[in-house]
Amino acid sequence: MSKSASSNAGGQVRPKSGRPEVPMATAKNWLREMMLIREFELRCMQAYQDKKIGGFCHVYIGQEAVAVGTIAATEARDPIVTAYRDHGHALARGMSPNHCMAEMFGRVGGCAKGKGGSMHMFDRDNNLFGGHGIVGAQIPLGVGLAFATKYEDEVINAQKTGGKSNRVTLAFLGDGALNQGSVHEAMNLAGLFDLPVIIICENNGYSMGTSITRGTTMGHQISAKAEAYGMEGVEIDGMDVIETYWAMKELVEKVRATSRPIFVDMRCYRFKGHSMSDPRKYRTREEEERYEQGDPIGVLKAQLELRGLTEDDHKEIQREVRATVKSAIDWAEQSPFPPTSDLYRDVYREKWGPYTGSSDPEMLGGAENDCKFNAIDTTIDRKADLL
Amino acid sequence: MSIATMREIEFRDAVREAMSEEMRRDIRVMLIGEEVAQYNGAYKVSRGMLDEFGPRRVIDTPISESGFAGMAIGAAMMGLRPIVEFMSWSFSLVAADPILNNAPKMLYMSGGQFGCPIVFRGNDGAGGQLGSTHSWSVEGLFSNVPGMKMVIPSNPYDAKGLMKTAIRDDDPVFFLESERLLSMRGEVPEEEYLIPFGQARIARAGTDCTIVAFGRMVNIALEVATELEKENISCEILDMRTIRPLDAASIIRSVKRTGVCVVVDQSWSFGSPGSEVAALVHRECFDDLDNYVHRVHSADVPAPYAHNLEQEYLPNARRIAEAVRSSLYRS
Repeated sequence: MSKSASSNAGGQVRPKSGRPEVPMATAKNWLREMMLIREFELRCMQAYQDKKIGGFCHVYIGQEAVAVGTIAATEARDPIVTAYRDHGHALARGMSPNHCMAEMFGRVGGCAKGKGGSMHMFDRDNNLFGGHGIVGAQIPLGVGLAFATKYEDEVINAQKTGGKSNRVTLAFLGDGALNQGSVHEAMNLAGLFDLPVIIICENNGYSMGTSITRGTTMGHQISAKAEAYGMEGVEIDGMDVIETYWAMKELVEKVRATSRPIFVDMRCYRFKGHSMSDPRKYRTREEEERYEQGDPIGVLKAQLELRGLTEDDHKEIQREVRATVKSAIDWAEQSPFPPTSDLYRDVYREKWGPYTGSSDPEMLGGAENDCKFNAIDTTIDRKADLL
Repeated sequence: MSIATMREIEFRDAVREAMSEEMRRDIRVMLIGEEVAQYNGAYKVSRGMLDEFGPRRVIDTPISESGFAGMAIGAAMMGLRPIVEFMSWSFSLVAADPILNNAPKMLYMSGGQFGCPIVFRGNDGAGGQLGSTHSWSVEGLFSNVPGMKMVIPSNPYDAKGLMKTAIRDDDPVFFLESERLLSMRGEVPEEEYLIPFGQARIARAGTDCTIVAFGRMVNIALEVATELEKENISCEILDMRTIRPLDAASIIRSVKRTGVCVVVDQSWSFGSPGSEVAALVHRECFDDLDNYVHRVHSADVPAPYAHNLEQEYLPNARRIAEAVRSSLYRS
């Protein structure tokens, strides 16, 4: 699992065999995104200690290359859904750190108006369908997103598209979710219905405090599980963003062409605990240090230094992301707590009884949204003509 | 409304007509579930729909409720309007997480960004000696969750009009049919109509006692009311049609007139629509009541298999009549 660490020792930083080189500006942007996520998460940890963030908080430190590399391989119209360790995916997908941080702080300016919290990051404009708290529950949803894009492309807009689906859904889960029944049901359905979804298992080796060897059969090779569902299983080094990107790009193109699901064993490591209260007694300091040597940010930085990135460039990016996150915290703190009148809002679209209908969050303009949620755009008049 | 062309059809035909009409009207509507397509529906509700709409819109699933319910919810978040058939609501329990944790909460958790325009439908309540695990009345268990609507029709006319409203609703709707009602015949007009949620129907007008009933229980209450007429007891029966929203105004209006209320709800009594109605009536009609609200539920035990025990377990005519007499101090 520390492939990238060892492969980078001794200056082995060329793209892996056959991979083209990523343009410097793009790679630098990924470095910036990964550093932004790292900085965001470090500040979240601090804010959690300061009791500005409540509830559960799961940080993404160590896994930044996964969200950045996989999402870079998609188009903006490709839906994404993930689990509760979701801040990194939200930022990589383009959510403003302001709205993301305000959600952490439970403020009305948050992406979900402070109603979702750390585990429930949603961004309709960026096709991010959550942030989901129940382990594994997002995989049936992700398969459903793929079902819907396929249905839209091949049934609703068949004439426009020539009956050919052309979007790919990314559905992320952790290795701990692999033993949830709903994940397996969803994989079976994805295989059965030829759904264009890539199920990405961010395999950081631990389901909370239970190592994969204690909880999962075939833990050394979980991609084998894909075979049972008639789908390809692929292993990717999730500690190396460039490798993640190229490997994912191939898979995304393949799924776009074939409309067949793929399962990815994304090898990575979570540098911090499962959540803020986790003292990590279940693993050794030596193991952590070994993986920290393969820090995905360090790996990319080393790769870019060989292509001319200077220490000053790096410091400049560090200054930039610090300022961005600092101002996100300021922004979040200035955003008010949700008004108590929001309690009965967004329960139903329809206004009835104590329920006051629903509206978009500030992030999306804040308008009343009786039925605008559809990613699918049709011209059908949907007004119910009640007698 | 123009003069309707009436014909008599079965409850299952009414549900199918509603689904088919809405699928013709809106291409985003599709039907998914176990045996809905090639088998023509385990209870023949979807008979012929595969032929009309094809396998892209009438979709057979494996026995995998948690998977396909979750998948349909994801599709609804994208803007499709799935109808999910549970062969029985009893089987929806293995899909409890998607249907209770995802569908009704998505709009809220996403701060108004993603709704779930989805209908879950299937048989609810005892089918007839199916035993404990297959005889669920989920109304008590599920109606506890905010964010969903719950519909429980008692006859073909209502089933069709309520189903059409359910499919057009932008919020998740739990639609409870009854295996015991599927063959019930009733008049349904050829012309299109919809029945709004939250409007109870006075199934029978009366002056002495208000019977608030849900779904199949309405029909049993109607039989009881006919019998009680012989004892000079005039019952008013409210067919609630929907549990969420609950038409509190109709209940209050009726009870204020009769001063007596009996609730008939086939779910268990503890934390149920029946207890909700009782609380409502005691709060809103406190000074009008001649007696406390009497409640008739399934017995507070798992559903038994033996025929005689099951008959005693379910709300039946005798127990309803006893409750009415008792509430009128006639026993």
